[in-house]
Amino acid sequence: MITTKGNSKENIIRFLLIFASVISIITTIGILFSIFFQAIEFFQLKSFWYFLFGTEWSPGQENSKFGALPIFAGTFMITVIALLVAIPVGVGSAIYMSEYSSRLRRNILKPILEILAGIPTVVYGFFAALTIAPAIVSISGWFGLTAAYNSALACGIVMGVMIIPIIASLSDDVLRAVPNSQRNASLALGMTHSETIRHIIVPSAMPGIISAGLLGLSKAIGETMIVVMAAGLRPNLSWNPLEDMTTVTVRIVDSLVGDHAFDSPDTMSAFALGLVLFVVTLVLNMISLSQIRKFKAKYKINTL
Amino acid sequence: MKSSGNNTLNPHRNSDIKITASGLNLWYGDNHALQDINMDIHKNKITALIGPSGCGKSTYLRCINRMNDLIDNTRITGEIVIDSKNIYDADIDVVAVRKRIGMVFQQPNPFPKSIYDNISYAPLKHRLIKKGIESDELVESSLISAGLWEEVKDKLKSPGTSLSGGQQQRLCIARAIAVKPDVILMDEPTSALDPISTEKIESLMMDLKKDYTIVIVTHNMQQAHRTADYAAYFHLGNMVEYNQTETLFNSPAEALTESYISGRFG
Amino acid sequence: MNNQKNHNPFYDPSLSSRHRSARLFKAFTRGSILITLAFLCFFIFDMVRTAYPAMWQSYVKVEVSYNEKSSKISQKAIDKKFRKIVSRAWLRSIPKLLKQQPELMGTTANQWVLADDQVDQYMKGHHHNLKQKQVSVIETLKTNAQIELRWNNIFLSQGDSKLPENAGVYSSLIGSIFTLFVTLAIAFPLGVMTAIHLEEFARDNMLTRIIEVNINNLAAIPSILFGLLGLAVFINLFGLPRSSPLVGGLTLALMTLPIIIVSARAALRSVPDSIRQAGYGLGLTKIQIIQGNVLPIAFPGILTGTIIGLAQAMGETAPLIIIGMIAFIPDSPNSITDAATVLPAQIFTWAGMPERAYVEKTAAGIMVILLILFFLNAAAIYLRKKYEIKW
Repeated sequence: MITTKGNSKENIIRFLLIFASVISIITTIGILFSIFFQAIEFFQLKSFWYFLFGTEWSPGQENSKFGALPIFAGTFMITVIALLVAIPVGVGSAIYMSEYSSRLRRNILKPILEILAGIPTVVYGFFAALTIAPAIVSISGWFGLTAAYNSALACGIVMGVMIIPIIASLSDDVLRAVPNSQRNASLALGMTHSETIRHIIVPSAMPGIISAGLLGLSKAIGETMIVVMAAGLRPNLSWNPLEDMTTVTVRIVDSLVGDHAFDSPDTMSAFALGLVLFVVTLVLNMISLSQIRKFKAKYKINTL
Repeated sequence: MKSSGNNTLNPHRNSDIKITASGLNLWYGDNHALQDINMDIHKNKITALIGPSGCGKSTYLRCINRMNDLIDNTRITGEIVIDSKNIYDADIDVVAVRKRIGMVFQQPNPFPKSIYDNISYAPLKHRLIKKGIESDELVESSLISAGLWEEVKDKLKSPGTSLSGGQQQRLCIARAIAVKPDVILMDEPTSALDPISTEKIESLMMDLKKDYTIVIVTHNMQQAHRTADYAAYFHLGNMVEYNQTETLFNSPAEALTESYISGRFG
Repeated sequence: MNNQKNHNPFYDPSLSSRHRSARLFKAFTRGSILITLAFLCFFIFDMVRTAYPAMWQSYVKVEVSYNEKSSKISQKAIDKKFRKIVSRAWLRSIPKLLKQQPELMGTTANQWVLADDQVDQYMKGHHHNLKQKQVSVIETLKTNAQIELRWNNIFLSQGDSKLPENAGVYSSLIGSIFTLFVTLAIAFPLGVMTAIHLEEFARDNMLTRIIEVNINNLAAIPSILFGLLGLAVFINLFGLPRSSPLVGGLTLALMTLPIIIVSARAALRSVPDSIRQAGYGLGLTKIQIIQGNVLPIAFPGILTGTIIGLAQAMGETAPLIIIGMIAFIPDSPNSITDAATVLPAQIFTWAGMPERAYVEKTAAGIMVILLILFFLNAAAIYLRKKYEIKW
């Protein structure tokens, strides 16, 4: 017999469970609001449109200007380099693991990729600054080019390596989820294995691969330590990846670790940049999720 | 038509024999899944492989276009001779074998492409045709052969997966014949379909045998009886009996065959 | 006959180019994975190579005179020509030593003391800023066997220092432990409770869907934004102490939450319904069933996810920089409200130091954190394997 006392105890527990679940919502709202209100305050002092499209970023001066376009451009450049490294290598690795390697070999390769994914980004940052950046300077030298010691290229390459496991692991899952009947159908028509992969398997898995790529993109945009340690501080609107550039995350860190007053525009610019970062990564994540949902619906898969 | 007799390989490889299996053994790991299969398959005839689940009939079918190569840990001995060439010879290109021997599977498996692309994909890659008029013609003729043209001619650009199950299976048949194979292997092609679609596929098979040698695996004994010219009964990896369909069904030589046909197990 | 033997009806010359492109494609995918593996190997080799010298530290044998003068100006304790050779950190400790052991006063001792970082770099064959005079002093010491590289026991037992030869990871390790403790204490109960709610109780309504989408998004928000949250809410709004493991732990807890929730949900889902049905059959309430039957079975899975979440939090740096956990803090914290630093932040700080001697310290710090992460992940994998139940 269930007593009323037992019931009220159950109710308290259930209330606690719901309360715990709501924390995640509170966190998101908390992040949004903590960024949003500071950003609004910033935009009351400085022009919103100049922030988005202005080309001069000069904090800490009389008549400081906050045009973030060079910062966005630097983020874009480093991110594109990262994706140029990570997408071919990541998808190629995924195809190798899911289509060509034996089960045994795959069971070894996947944990190795997980090691790469588990390396803290501060470590990648040190590696970029200590080894990759000087290497790029000397390699550029052989070709008669000058590269900065904090070049966008060095950051981009290391960031690319950082997101390889994300793309490879998710793509591998998706490729393996493509039903075997598709493989058999193509092979039975006299297609080679690689033709089957390129024309049938990869297109079938494309929503999932796109989703993986977007997730990698979102990680690259939000990545902080690699760029803080290996990229420049100078907003630089340039197409040359050998020059130093700065990113949104670098500027956020720089304006918050300095000795500015909390309500100075210098500090609050960090929140304006944070708002942009929040919106962009949120949108990317939403698209990524909808892509993977599309893939799941197509093949009625629940395990991804 | 002369009977090929019980379990025996026809010694004269006369012109109406398309495929000859001799001494064919297959192991999945330690499991001896096919045991010493000897069998002649006649050209432009429908040959049905029947038997209970796990008897090896599908395994044997997949030996004919070497689809078993895709399964790890498989070992094959003996030979399958097609057009006087053993397809398990070292100088054989598996891709070329599969190009010549089409296959239709149990579950309709159209590619996630348009109806048009489902059919033109492989012929284009094989360079049998060029893009444009040649390709249009091949798509049309293949769909006509598969009896699907009237139903889909206005929606060739819609995805193959949007068709009904029976239509999808006929699309898969059209896709297979577009490559212009000599042989079509069918692995229980109607088991996932409704009776009306099944009937359509069966009458399609009767039409197709003019041009192709057809080997079909089926669970459905009526289907084997209705469509096949020859039938082989498989049991636990052995081919127990092989004969003209009428003979096999009406006066089976082996007790095992008889008990299966009369429905005592399956 | 011979003719027939050579006859191959399956010979198709058009296939050779297709097979060639197939081989190229396979080579490309194999190349991709090899590049990844090569990078990992090179990275580990590079780190080990850079970190290795930090295992040793130079010591010199000099005459030390403990007297009134040296208790006031500690440099006077040793001969003038050795003053640039020995560590300033050791010199500074002389007055304290004399206070602790007054019986030393007035004695002289010929003893081994810690060498300066430049001397250490010279001994290791690295770049150094020593003057020619000092180099010749070292060479003399060398020939007299009065200078040697010894096992570096400072690195794991001392905190941060502005003098590289005296810098270690001890205080930042303690800071990391304090911070992770807070993270665990917050994220574990919240995560498990959320998972129980979503798996066992929640109906498919608006709130549930919002929570689920939210958890998904939370996992994708860049870590630095959690730092902004920590700064704006925990420090500025709630007034919690800046740089403290409390704020750091809270911030990391919110980041770890989605990982714990997702793995706990998977663990709960893997418990077969028959267990729950059996409980109902015995007349137990839902909560009793979850407490007594479901949670114990799901626990290893939950624990595995928690360890993986903590490993990720252990390496997180960006949000902790924002909330000020990169200040120079030589002493380890005594409570979660003291100012502290964490291991990855220590690595970050050292990586930015101009002295060459910090490079090897940074790499050594990296080796320490990689080893810790390796053991955490190994523990998670071991747990998963050990308690993996096939239903």
